[in-house]
Amino acid sequence: MREEVNTGAVIPKTAPNPTLVKLTNLWKKLIKNKSAVIGGILIILFILIAFIGPHFTPFSPNTQNTVNKLATPSSEHWFGTDHLGRDIFSRIIHGMSITLYVGFFSVLIGTTIGVVLGIISGYYGGKIDTVIMRLMDILLAFPGILLALAIVSVLGSSTENLIIAVGIFSIPVFARIVRGSTLAVRKLEYIDAIRALGANDARIIFLHILPNVTSPIIVQATLSIATSILTASGLSFIGMGAQPPTPEWGAMLSDGRNYMWDAPHVATIPGIAIVVVVLAFNLFGDGLRDALDPKMKN
Amino acid sequence: MAETTDILVEEPILEVRNLQTSFFTEKFEVKAVDGVNFAVPKGKTLGIVGESGSGKSITSLSILRLIKNPGKIKGGEIIFKGENLLDKTESQMRQIRGNEISMIFQEPMTSLNPVYTVGQQISEAFIIHQNMSKKEAMLRSVEMLELVGIPSPKQRVKQYPHELSGGMRQRVMIAMALACDPELLIADEPTTALDVTIQAQILELMEELQDRLGMSTIMITHDLGVVAETCDYVAVMYMGKVVEYATVKDLFKNPKHPYTVGLLNSLPRHDIDLGEEDLTVIQGSVPAPDQIPEGCRFAPRCPFASDICQERLPHLEQSEDGNQIRCWIYTDEWDGDPEVNVNGKRTS
Repeated sequence: MREEVNTGAVIPKTAPNPTLVKLTNLWKKLIKNKSAVIGGILIILFILIAFIGPHFTPFSPNTQNTVNKLATPSSEHWFGTDHLGRDIFSRIIHGMSITLYVGFFSVLIGTTIGVVLGIISGYYGGKIDTVIMRLMDILLAFPGILLALAIVSVLGSSTENLIIAVGIFSIPVFARIVRGSTLAVRKLEYIDAIRALGANDARIIFLHILPNVTSPIIVQATLSIATSILTASGLSFIGMGAQPPTPEWGAMLSDGRNYMWDAPHVATIPGIAIVVVVLAFNLFGDGLRDALDPKMKN
Repeated sequence: MAETTDILVEEPILEVRNLQTSFFTEKFEVKAVDGVNFAVPKGKTLGIVGESGSGKSITSLSILRLIKNPGKIKGGEIIFKGENLLDKTESQMRQIRGNEISMIFQEPMTSLNPVYTVGQQISEAFIIHQNMSKKEAMLRSVEMLELVGIPSPKQRVKQYPHELSGGMRQRVMIAMALACDPELLIADEPTTALDVTIQAQILELMEELQDRLGMSTIMITHDLGVVAETCDYVAVMYMGKVVEYATVKDLFKNPKHPYTVGLLNSLPRHDIDLGEEDLTVIQGSVPAPDQIPEGCRFAPRCPFASDICQERLPHLEQSEDGNQIRCWIYTDEWDGDPEVNVNGKRTS
């Protein structure tokens, strides 16, 4: 018996981009992780609120109504009013965008500088590595909030300076993580191969090492947003961050603490808001880490 | 100690003179390459043969100045087209790497970046050296894949390294190395990680491309079969030194250095029956880098070693036919058995 065997040219299928394959796998793993799903949904919700919410609030966040101050939650004022009679619900909604703005941009600053420092440190090694990493050690030696506090006191308190301060405080974490991954990647043969092809250091670092060290960066960035939001609120709480009348949650909490006995909702509601946002980012970050970790299959 | 540096080769494209590359640890210096001389004639293939740790890979990396810390090129000259590469600046070297001298690495499985398509990686060579746009470079990459014999190159160019077999990847590596039409190709064990049938294909391809493009090649290998197949000249290295340099014909017909003889004898033979002992081995092993023998590096393992071998390091002596040998047996100072016949055992 003879069988016909197809010996014609085999046209290879174009397989999908491995980054896309990875993304699909990542998505599958993320979906399985319930807490990550909850975190993710909450984050999307918060972002929507931050963009759309301010247009639909029943009151302006800064309109005072001294007649109706420290009112308890009612159908008119869902979260009650504060000591100046401002609607807390409207202030929370407006505060969402400030919170996320501070969180995202401070992490953006921290990630950009941290990644560049870490990758340079890991790639060049030797003296450069020692100098950069010891500088990072110095930054890490301060308690984070103290460092941010020191920076804000030098720069002056405003929302922008708050972002810079919190950003600087998250640099060393990124530098360390990226340095570690870079140390592993730079020894791989494909880096030697591209160097033997005549690529310069900048090309090797940014086009060939960076894409291979992104997953730990993404995870750390998500987790850092939570920390940054917490630090920023903490600084606003002690009056070093966003200035009144900005509806910043930390500042609102600080205002409310004087009326703890008469109107506890004024302080607790912004506190709960901070907790929920931080929790959402932490849950999502943890889920992302589990999904991206090659050692944790399933 | 004066070394013979004049090598009788017409029109060498690359001449390595007294190259010394060392690695510095806290306690001592490891001389990985210790005064190596050789020349690569234009359009020919030089094989560098040796065991692991003989310094052959370090020699090739030194030529492209790709030695990383704690390694350092301590001295010597690497003359490429009349210019000493050791005098060049780093940016001048980058112009040479991949453009005039290219390199193929041992491990095709890990020598390609997993996040880029093979087309993007071959394109790098064109983008770096010829300032091409990405689109143009991609078109040229397709041509390169065709040149190295990859079927349906238009589809393959969009594939990622993990979709290709080892042999295919090595072809891609060759395409990358040859993209800018280099004059010298350094192949560092290009076939070691491949299985035998693929090895033959890759070697054939390299030979064919060498003929077509007229380049010179340095073939680094521990496989004497590969040398016999592809090389015109051979340098045998042992512990950072060249112990024998000869044309491939002379080396296989009349190996002189006891180490070369040992290497040839330890090849598995199927044409003669050696009885119980099917494989002969070179006794002992390569000494640790901090225990380098004072005299001839090979003396502790050499069956013919006499007093002079233990005491003094022999020079690389050149015979009339241009071949070179580093062994006391072939000098007037030889104090051992005058009737010694180094390669007498091998009947071929």
